[in-house]
Order: sequence, then C-alpha cells, then structure tokens
Amino acid sequence: MKYMLLIYDNAKTRETFFGEGGEELMAEVDAIMKELTESGELVGGEALADPSNTKTIRVVDGVPAITDGPFAEAKEHLGGYLIVDCESAERAAEIARRWPSARFSPLEVRPLMDTAGAEM
Amino acid sequence: MRTHADHVDLLRGLAPQVLGVLVRRHGQFDACEDAVQEALLAAAVQWPGEGVPESPRAWLITVASRRLTDQLRSEHARRRREDTAAAQVPADEAFAPAPGDEQPPDQDDTLTLLILCCHPALSPASQLALTLRAVGGLTTAEIASAFLVPEATMAQRISRAKQRIKATAIPFAMPPEPERGERLRVVLHVLYLIFNEGYIASSGPDLQRSELTREAIRLTRAVHALLPDDGEVAGLLALMLLTDARRPARTAADGTLIALAEQDRDLWKQDYVEEGTALITAALAEATLGPYQLQAAIAAVHDEAPRTQDTDWPQILALYELLARVSPNPMVTLNHAVAVAMVNGPQAGLDLLATLDADDRMAAHHRLDAVRAHLLEMAGDHAAARAGYRTAARRTTSLPERRYLEARAARLVG
Repeated sequence: MKYMLLIYDNAKTRETFFGEGGEELMAEVDAIMKELTESGELVGGEALADPSNTKTIRVVDGVPAITDGPFAEAKEHLGGYLIVDCESAERAAEIARRWPSARFSPLEVRPLMDTAGAEM
Repeated sequence: MRTHADHVDLLRGLAPQVLGVLVRRHGQFDACEDAVQEALLAAAVQWPGEGVPESPRAWLITVASRRLTDQLRSEHARRRREDTAAAQVPADEAFAPAPGDEQPPDQDDTLTLLILCCHPALSPASQLALTLRAVGGLTTAEIASAFLVPEATMAQRISRAKQRIKATAIPFAMPPEPERGERLRVVLHVLYLIFNEGYIASSGPDLQRSELTREAIRLTRAVHALLPDDGEVAGLLALMLLTDARRPARTAADGTLIALAEQDRDLWKQDYVEEGTALITAALAEATLGPYQLQAAIAAVHDEAPRTQDTDWPQILALYELLARVSPNPMVTLNHAVAVAMVNGPQAGLDLLATLDADDRMAAHHRLDAVRAHLLEMAGDHAAARAGYRTAARRTTSLPERRYLEARAARLVG
C-alpha cells in the first residue's frame, strides 16, 4: 500500500533545520532515507522551496488570477513529501513519527488512490 | 514461426529449471540468480534474430554458468587484491556444462525454489518480488512496472531478500516433512496475492500489472503438476481460473466496475469455468478439505448459474458456514452475511454483519459499509443504504470502487 507523508513546516522549522545546529536533524533525515531506500519502501519524495516563492493561481469566471505568495496566511505550509510503499498504515505512521520535523510541526499520512479495484 | 509471447513463455518456463541446476552445482543462490537473469536477457535479445537453439535449456545453463564464472572471477580478483590469503581459483571445468544439461531434470526444482523465495524470514513484499524474478523469470523492470514502483525500489527489495537468504544461510532444499505443509501454505498465499494484484487491475490502465494473473496461474499450474494430490493446490488453481473466467465481464468499456449479479455471463471464459469446475470437483472428492477448495467451490456455484437468479444460494450458504469454521476471518464473515441475506432475508444478514462492528480490522473498512449498504438496500431502507454507500465511497482508496459506490448511492436518490 502506498502512502504519502505530507511534511508541514511552520515559520520556525526551516530556520531550525537549515540554521546552526540543524546538522543533527538533517543527519536523522538522511538515516531514515537510507533505511527506506535499503528496505525497498521508498517510492519518491521531494522538498519544496520556501513558501515565499509560491504563486497562487485561480480561475474565476474563466479569468486567471495569479498572486504572489501562498493561498492562505497559514501558520503551517507544506514543506515536502515522501511516498512510501509499505506493509501497513502502522508502518507508514511509524516513519512519520520518527521524521525529525514531527517534533516541531505535524506530518499527515495519507493513502494514495489506486486505479485498481474489486467488484462488489 | 515463434512470436514474442512464445519466447517469453519458453524463457519463463525454463528460468527455475536453469536456476535449480546452477544452485545445485555451485550453491550461492544470489550469484546464481543474477547469472540466470543475465542469461535470460541474453536469450531474449539473441533468440528472436538468431533462432532458438536446439536445446534452449542447455544454452541457458551454459551462458548462465559462464556469467557466474566471470562474476566469481572478478569477485575473487577483488578479494585477492584486498586480502593476500590465497584462495582456490575456481577451475574452468567446474563451470562447463555438465553431461545431461540437454535432458530435462529428473527432479524439478520449481517447488524448492518457490519455498526458498517464500521463506518466512522475508517480508511479504520481498517474497512476491523474488518469486516473480527467480521462479517466474520476470525482469526487475517488469516486476517494478507491475507493482507501480520505480525500478530502483524493486531492485532494492530483491537484493535485500537475496542478502537475507545469504545471511541466514537458508538452504536450497525441501524443508523437513513437519515444516513442509506450513511452508507450502506460504507459497500458495504468495501466489494468491500475485493473482489478486493482477485481477483487481485487469481492464484498468495498468497492463503490466494485470499480466500478474497470467503469471500466477502459470506458476500455480506448475505447482499443481508437481503435487497433483494436494487438494489446496488444486483448490487455489481452481479458484484462480473460476475468478479469472469473469474478467471480461467485470468492467464496462469505460472501466466502471460491474457487480457479479449484473455481469453479462455470456462474456465469462467458459473454458476456464470448465477447467476450474473439473479441478475443484475432483479435489473435493479426494483431498483433505481446506479454505482454497471451499472458496473455489463457492466460485464454481456462482459460475455454473446461467443467470444471477439461478444461483444456488442455499448451497453457497452451506459452503460459507464450512469456510467460517475452517478459516474464520472478517472477510469471510462479510461474504457469509451476503449469503445469509440471500437465503434468510436481509435482516439475518445485517445481524451477522453487526458482529464485525467490534472488530478493529473491519470497523472502518469500506467493504463493511458497502455490504451493509447493500443489505439495507435489499431491506428497503434506502436512506440508510445511501448513507452507507457514501461512507464506503469516502473510505475506499480505489478509484473505480469509489465511482461504483457513488453510483450506487446516486441510484437510490428517490
């Protein structure tokens, strides 16, 4: 079963990870990535650039409106994601629990939709 | 004139035989498996142009042995550079084809290989991947595309499984008699999972994935040929055939799922129905009863009804009662409840379903909501049925199931 781990950042998380003393946190990230690669569970993942680089696009009555900055003044922004293919929802949750940013801001674990299905 | 499919079938059928010969001669399952995979690739490239050699099996053994020699030599040279301790250089003769390579073996290694690849020390995902590669002869790229993961991810699963076999020194041999039955059950479960992965994807956009049903049937046929008296092997093969028989009718042209009761039965593959029915009839008469045989028997009763309304529900109910005793699990209870409803009315079915509400494995499962909604619809409680279908639609992680359940809900808007 494939799951996406949505990794949220707050204003402080990035400073913490990329600032002084962030090396240890990044080392934890590297260790988990290595584990997931070696176990054959890692399907993919990326980090997103800082939310200040965001453009928000909307089409209202056929007219596109493009604004600089994220959609809402949220306290938390999507900072990146991982896709894992693992045995159970519990295992996916365990990976999220160990992801170091979970100590500062939340992660969401969501199953992916499958194009296959059983008739009922 | 051989087609591409003929080549593929020939190569995949020979893969476990060639691997068995190499492992018997040289040990080192992991290195042998790589060598066989390279030989299969070489054959897939050369044979279509140059023609199939007189003895394809001997050709593959020779090429795989040569690859293994090269591999071990370079490994050896590397080790020599690192370590001055002298080790014996493998003699060339040891890897030359042995007499008898032209002949089919007196002993088929397919079962031993399956049991090795489905060792309980491996994770289920690794068991599936290794079985398809080492026994099925599929390439890592084909397996990755069937499971919709990157090739690197699949390669990692396979290599980890092989490392584990090496590290735990799992032998290439049939396990002793007391363990054999249990180990075979794991093999059958892996084959069942491979089948199901392909079946649910059939008629969908993932062609490579739906090919898995064909592969599972091919491997189960091979096991059945080796163990013709094992009722559960026969039962599993029958279950696959009787299920796959309905494949052409299970989805509409646009990919919409069609419930069993509404399928066009003229589309069912009659040869599969006949073969599956004959297999299960023989097994039930002779072998020890087991869950695959019971599930196949239920499928056979469905498949033999010319129209939905001709279905022999009392017989299906009797089979579910047996299955619930032999192999009780929540999925059996779900289907059992439908049979109860068809024979004794929807309320009796709903009462049985209520026993699942306290079951953690099922409480938030879309199938429980969907079946309950179906029985509520039968009972005439359309408002509750609609709500149930909508809950099930939200809970499923399958796109076609979501569409199907939304359509069921929409149908009840009165």
